[in-house]
Amino acid sequence: MKDVRVMTQSPATQESAYLTALESLEKNGYDTDPAWARDLRKEAMSKFQGLGFPIARRGNEEWKYTDIGPIAKAKFQLSSSAVQSLVNAKSVEMSSLGEKSWSQMVFVDGSYVEELSSVSSLPAGVMVVNLTEAMRSVPELVQGHLAHYADYEANAFTALNTAFIHEGVFIHVPDDILVEEPVRLLFLSTSKDEETVSQPRVLIVVGKNSKATVIDGYGGVSDGRYFSNCVTEVVVGDGSRVEYYKVQQQSDKAFHITTTDVSLGRDSYFSSINIDMGGKLVRNNLNVLTEDEGSSCVLNGLYLVNGTQHVDNQVIIDHAKPYTTSRELYKGILDGKARSVFHGSIIVREGAVKVDANQVDKNLLLSDEAEADTKPAFWVYCDDVKCGHGAACGQMDEKALFYLRSRGIDEKTARGLLTRAFVSDVIQSIANESLRRQVDDLVQAKLQEWVAS
Amino acid sequence: MLEIKDLHASIGGVEILKGMNLLVNPGEVHAIMGPNGSGKSTLANVLAGHPSYTATSGQIIFEGEDLLSMLPENRARAGLFLCFQHPTEVPGVRLDHFMRAGFNAIQKSKGLAEMDVLKFDKFLNEKVGIVEMDRNLTKRSVNEGFSGGEKKRNEILQMAIFDPKLSILDEPDSGLDVDALRIVAEGINHLRSPQKSVILVTHYQRILNYVVPDKVHVLIQGRIVKSGDKDLAREIESQGYDHLGNSAESLQPSR
Repeated sequence: MKDVRVMTQSPATQESAYLTALESLEKNGYDTDPAWARDLRKEAMSKFQGLGFPIARRGNEEWKYTDIGPIAKAKFQLSSSAVQSLVNAKSVEMSSLGEKSWSQMVFVDGSYVEELSSVSSLPAGVMVVNLTEAMRSVPELVQGHLAHYADYEANAFTALNTAFIHEGVFIHVPDDILVEEPVRLLFLSTSKDEETVSQPRVLIVVGKNSKATVIDGYGGVSDGRYFSNCVTEVVVGDGSRVEYYKVQQQSDKAFHITTTDVSLGRDSYFSSINIDMGGKLVRNNLNVLTEDEGSSCVLNGLYLVNGTQHVDNQVIIDHAKPYTTSRELYKGILDGKARSVFHGSIIVREGAVKVDANQVDKNLLLSDEAEADTKPAFWVYCDDVKCGHGAACGQMDEKALFYLRSRGIDEKTARGLLTRAFVSDVIQSIANESLRRQVDDLVQAKLQEWVAS
Repeated sequence: MLEIKDLHASIGGVEILKGMNLLVNPGEVHAIMGPNGSGKSTLANVLAGHPSYTATSGQIIFEGEDLLSMLPENRARAGLFLCFQHPTEVPGVRLDHFMRAGFNAIQKSKGLAEMDVLKFDKFLNEKVGIVEMDRNLTKRSVNEGFSGGEKKRNEILQMAIFDPKLSILDEPDSGLDVDALRIVAEGINHLRSPQKSVILVTHYQRILNYVVPDKVHVLIQGRIVKSGDKDLAREIESQGYDHLGNSAESLQPSR
């Protein structure tokens, strides 16, 4: 861990502050990385400087419902070891998901903390390592994939993250290996005297006919404001199966931007379940490309937001090849003045026959002031396909409420049961039983917290 | 058991019940018959406390208590049960969990022991036989994807589980074929006892061939226009409601 405090000057813009920070890190901290990584950062930073934060409020279709002005304006500090010392085994345990015995890599404000991590019991040949180490020791496995899927030329947040590629996670599963036990990643943010920024970077490369499960957790050890800008790239080889769970429980002041790019090989399967329970301003970009025939994906999501929380999910599935299937089910529960956005795009390329795509977003509004915007979009350039979508947004079903009460269940309990029931199908879609139970408990605890407040 | 006095009730500002009177004693089965729009379902819903219906005047005394001042859940806890005409689908809530939640809420309100999952499962296994229901159905979401007959049988199953003092059956026969009707009717008969009462709301006489009522009342335009025994139901079956409708103003409400 390195103590870096380089952003305290007042630069002309926050964009240039990031440039200054990078220039300093390249001299001290990032200087031991291989030349190709340094070149990549340099190029990405130059793209970021050109793009700038997407703050425009007019003609900015991609960010129409989500104003990231607060992120662009804030002065965040890159990681500082003084604050990292606030994190101990107990705070890690509180934020951890799944079973204790499963491997877990822990990052604090973007820096790997070995003493809080445990990586064990992996099948031979499987790598779960810090990205810094992987760039140095196995560049032949990393270089051909890193930053090849997440587009840093057009997306400012991806460019910003790529400009700071250094630490992070590299998971590599060779061909024909079934990793049955989930691998856990935990990114913790701190904010005490200063507001921190971290750029978590994850690269998951799974070979042919293999299997892996990754649980990606984002949390915080303070209730302050911090910014995490995460990029995850997932390569699913031919015939392989990857389950990816993302659970975000940051503070309700946190800014959280994620970009996940997934490339699917022939006859492969990818499932993701994206759960957001914290954050003030959250934006998830999930892009899946079916690169070969017969691949399928299930992309589910769940968001529980109240107060003035804002969660925006943008999911793009590019059905580039025939006989590919996608299923999306996103559900949200909104209370207070919370706002959610779901923007799901399904692209079916020319010649991609027999594509079967379905997309659903449903929202339960517990207050009159909460608002959910849902916007499906289909770009279909092929005739022989099946595409469907559904969207719903509404209050609690009064008929169901009366039905429950007519059986002796009091109103408060009945409302709780129905609220939980609303998202039960997403929770049930979590294949890993241990995680499923844990998420169910977290959801219940969150809803009870709302009722109590 | 139950006394309704000069009850007026409306939905969406439209008065549906216009001065209804009824007295139900323990052990009695009362059939309320009437054409569409006569107020049968309104009566059932007002008794159970549906929030969309408003009792504008009159009184309902249930077991010595003022029923209209009670919340729906408290009516259930006091021993009143509505068998819904159109049971609601509740996706995401398992039927057996739902029944146990209701059962335990009622037990708790009476200071009686609640049942854990294992005990309730056993209890449920005994009860499903009454309505010849597939036990696996109770592991699915409440009424979700159930056929019409399954929904009705589920209502009778719940009646058996909650063991109410007064059951209000809102058209338990609608949408049932002859076999399903027999199963539902047998379920109702199984639960008859000298301490328990039933109000059976129906449009048609056919279920009354199986569930023989002590009293039959004809409800037209929000008032009971004629009361009698089971023969009245046969009279309606052969002559229809029209000949009674004309005398709605002249007949005394039944007590």
